[in-house]
Amino acid sequence: MIRIKYDDKITRWFLLATLVWGVIGMSAGLYLALELANWKFNLGIKYINFGRLRPFHTNAVIFAFGGNAIFCGVYYSTQRLLKTRLFSDALSWIHFWGWQAVILLGGIGFLCGSTQGKEYAELEWSLDIVLALVWVVFAVNFFGTVAKRRERHLYVALWFYMGTIITIAVLHIVNGLAIPVSLTKSYPLYAGVQDALVQWWYGHNAVGFFLTTPFLGLMYYFVPKAAERPVYSYRLSVMHFWALVFLYIWAGPHHLHYTALPDWAQNLGMVFSVMLLAPSWGGMLNGLLTLRGAWHKLRTDPILKFFAASITFYGMATFEGPLMAIKSVNALSHYTDWTIGHVHSGAIGWVGLLVFGMIYWLVPRLWRTPLHSQALANAHFWTALVGILFYVVSMWIAGITEGLMWKEFTSEGVLAYPNFTEIVTKLIPLYYLRAVGGSLYLGGLFVMVYNVFRTIRAAPKPVDEEAMVAEIAHNAPEPAMARYWHAVLEGRPFALGILTAIVIAIGGIVEMVPTFLIEANVPTLTAVKPYTPLELEGRDVYVREGCYNCHSQMVRPFRDEVARYGDYSKPGEFVYDHPFQWGSKRTGPDLHRVGGKYNNLWHLRHLDDPRLTSPGSIMPSYRFLLDEKLDLSLLKEKMKVMRKLGVPYTDAEAKDCVTLARAQAKGIGDDLAKEGIAGMENMEVVALIAYLQRLGTDIKWRDKLNAPAPIPEAPLAQPAPVTLNGGMK
Amino acid sequence: MSVLLLLIPVSLLLAGTFVALCVASIRSGQFDDLESPRWRVLFDGNPQGKQTQGKKETGK
Repeated sequence: MIRIKYDDKITRWFLLATLVWGVIGMSAGLYLALELANWKFNLGIKYINFGRLRPFHTNAVIFAFGGNAIFCGVYYSTQRLLKTRLFSDALSWIHFWGWQAVILLGGIGFLCGSTQGKEYAELEWSLDIVLALVWVVFAVNFFGTVAKRRERHLYVALWFYMGTIITIAVLHIVNGLAIPVSLTKSYPLYAGVQDALVQWWYGHNAVGFFLTTPFLGLMYYFVPKAAERPVYSYRLSVMHFWALVFLYIWAGPHHLHYTALPDWAQNLGMVFSVMLLAPSWGGMLNGLLTLRGAWHKLRTDPILKFFAASITFYGMATFEGPLMAIKSVNALSHYTDWTIGHVHSGAIGWVGLLVFGMIYWLVPRLWRTPLHSQALANAHFWTALVGILFYVVSMWIAGITEGLMWKEFTSEGVLAYPNFTEIVTKLIPLYYLRAVGGSLYLGGLFVMVYNVFRTIRAAPKPVDEEAMVAEIAHNAPEPAMARYWHAVLEGRPFALGILTAIVIAIGGIVEMVPTFLIEANVPTLTAVKPYTPLELEGRDVYVREGCYNCHSQMVRPFRDEVARYGDYSKPGEFVYDHPFQWGSKRTGPDLHRVGGKYNNLWHLRHLDDPRLTSPGSIMPSYRFLLDEKLDLSLLKEKMKVMRKLGVPYTDAEAKDCVTLARAQAKGIGDDLAKEGIAGMENMEVVALIAYLQRLGTDIKWRDKLNAPAPIPEAPLAQPAPVTLNGGMK
Repeated sequence: MSVLLLLIPVSLLLAGTFVALCVASIRSGQFDDLESPRWRVLFDGNPQGKQTQGKKETGK
């Protein structure tokens, strides 16, 4: 037997970082809820407009709050499960500060408009690389610890951690491939349908391997610890792990039902999603049944309350998920607030409550002081639970309401609610209700922060926990493979193995992707042409402002969508879209067929103040686009990168791009000047208008469809604003 | 859809890695004993035992 010291300082720091980021990320979430309930909360400040603040919120809660909680729990439990101190203190601290730095810089970047425009993968290429390196540091530190373990057997929680580390590395690298334009701007390697498929392959598995597997590992460690009962069935937990990691990777296409993605891929995604129900519920029951014989403790113990509720939400979310992945359900639920409710029942129900329970269990142990107040912890639990219910129920109602209203036809065969904002205004009370739920949840978090703060203040100087552990007997028989690798790689097979795997993956991908994508004959519609230089700049404004957070660009082949928006979207129409901007939510209407629907003046007035053209709209004002000069300094480089990506710009177009852009801008500026608004041709808004007017117009669907006249969203006699001195055509 | 040429191999590789790891870990005896691991996790080998949590538990 020898005496060792666990590294508890690193877990304490990760725990505190979890709290700090939790407050920041969830406050941003509540603010977003308020912005949706009342657009005035956007305050006319571009940095906190909904489209920029939302990526800040999602990244802060997923990667900062969730990430730090994972590292805290993983580092605490791994040392104890393997009876050894972490592999390297230096790597632990590089991991800690590296992670905080990436998120802080990324978050500031989002508010300033630096984004790759792909959900949950918004970080730009430079930070993507740093993030990958920090993840490798984590991997080496973890697998190094596994290699020097004093416990031959790997407890199931460790398998979940390993699955997380391997898969996240692969997902992040494959989805992040891009060609840089500048330090803070890049274009993804893939375009259109391809980009969509890769992105949701990543996106769904980010949920699977960042918000599910690591937290299941934590569940399998901390729930038995807190209940002082062994896990209900170890066999079931092992099956839970292997089945889950095998099935998850295929489910991504369920985010793209009825889009331009081929049917067979959609069906594949649906089938695997439904199959996921089995391991998920196996794990959920295993977690809940671990509490058998300890149910009476729930009356007094807030930690077990958090855990029991968390696992229950895991079960609810993993039932709801496969349900929503069924195509006929998805036809209604997709693009609605139901999806928002679903992710939050997973995120603040399953993940959030598990993290809170874990923190209440860890704080007294890491600081060797009893928790300041059990009563406050209980109060936190009930506040959080009620908050989640408000949130989820309001989003269910909102989602189903809007889904049904979008699809409703009158007996005369026309859309019952042709005016999109009419539907939006019906949801406002529910958005307020959601904000109430969010306030309760955030309030509970503040109670916890206070409780932890008081506990730490009363604590003695923290020290690392010591343990008496037995060395592994060296004469015990080892598997032949292990002996070989031990000899060759000095006892660090996993560390070196994972490093090699990542290096090989990067090399292979860099070679493979250009081969497959750039030289491959992408099926093109001859009518579809690359964006003009000005439209390209406008598209970058669209991405920068995060328009995709509220507007889709994908008309599904449904009667109501064709009637409302125009001809359904074809795969070949997106071949030059780096990145794709299909979106996943319709807080506002779809924009794929908006080109040519309104005149330039309409767009200008709408961006200036959306309520001028669409009374009742909840969109923030983009007046600053009318005041800021269009910056074309990067345009040449952008064109160069686009050509590298296989977009067929001619040499002349690439050379004269700035002149071409100025000429097109002048055309739009002159058109606006005719309507009485002069001086716009040098402003950013002109580029965005050029892009919007281009959308969905490459194929001549209007003639083909003999579409009805565009439906005016406002009375034609709407008085003109004084500032713009114009009116509807 | 040529990206499938990348995504399918990567997905197969990932899923295959997990199947291979599963088989390898079963063969190496990781899952021979499905009873003691669930109990072992409850004991940290900590000489102070539960007292690390502070004095509250005993006082209550």
